[in-house]
Amino acid sequence: MRTEPGPVAAGTDDIVISDQTDLIRVRKALRAQARSAGLGLVDETKLITAGSELARNILKYATGSRGRLRAEQVTADSRRGVRATFTDEGPGIGDVDAALTDGFSTSGGLGLGLPGAQRLVDDLTVTSAPGSGTTVVIEKWRR
Amino acid sequence: MTGEAGPVMQIGDTLLVSLQGDLDDITVVRIEEHLTREVARTGAGGMLIDVSGLSVVDTFIARVLARMVAMVRLLGAEVAVVGIQPAVAITLVELGVPMGDLDTALNAEKGLALLARLRRDGRRRAY
Ligand SMILES: Nc1ncnc2c1ncn2[C@@H]1O[C@H](COP(=O)(O)OP(=O)(O)O)[C@@H](O)[C@H]1O
Ligand SMILES: [Mg+2]
Repeated sequence: MRTEPGPVAAGTDDIVISDQTDLIRVRKALRAQARSAGLGLVDETKLITAGSELARNILKYATGSRGRLRAEQVTADSRRGVRATFTDEGPGIGDVDAALTDGFSTSGGLGLGLPGAQRLVDDLTVTSAPGSGTTVVIEKWRR
Repeated sequence: MTGEAGPVMQIGDTLLVSLQGDLDDITVVRIEEHLTREVARTGAGGMLIDVSGLSVVDTFIARVLARMVAMVRLLGAEVAVVGIQPAVAITLVELGVPMGDLDTALNAEKGLALLARLRRDGRRRAY
């Protein structure tokens, strides 16, 4: 049995995000992952919605609207969960703290995507710097 | 399955439509334009939107829905949104999308009653 959070190899989804129809594929993959991990319907919906926001940000902000998602099962002790990693090689985020604040948007958007996604999952980590792309990792654990 | 708006039905001067499946952005905007045009074309006084078939509503979809409701109201019709799935409602609240302006009801029957009340009493006094 694992004691460190780690990926379970089986059932990993790798999805290229480059077109807005990919939002559907992202949601579908996250739904399947949520069900494999045994998440309840509310948690499943929260995970998918958070992922939809992050995929949408890649389409909106990343260079060439391109990025990718890796979605995988994770276990820690006997808990199961889903980890979803959204990566792009776009312009990066200058001020991550600001970007995680409700209402902050550089595009006249609602500014709720990142902070909202953070509220919807158990853990959200943004790694980004100007010019070096953006990686957002979210995790949702079975209760 | 990808998403769509079912056929628009008409009862009296109320339009009924249900949204279902997984909506991509182009589809959401197409539905918005189509329904707004249908209200204008038919001169409907009310529209009931059943969203019980939507399992995911993110900020974009929510924003377009709210915008559509605002446009339809400008055309002089009242709108009731019915059947929001509990998991979707919980998620929208946590996302923080401002949806408080929508008139909502649990199901189509209650939605039709709500529409009748809105049209009789006006929006402000309906609460
Ligand atoms: N993948 C990304 N690459 C570059 N900038 C991003 C990315 N994701 C988010 N941002 C920045 O963070 C801000 C906040 O994002 P978000 O909370 O989703 O709100 P919105 O998309 O409505 O602006 C965006 O306006 C943008 O400046
Ligand atoms: Mg966003």
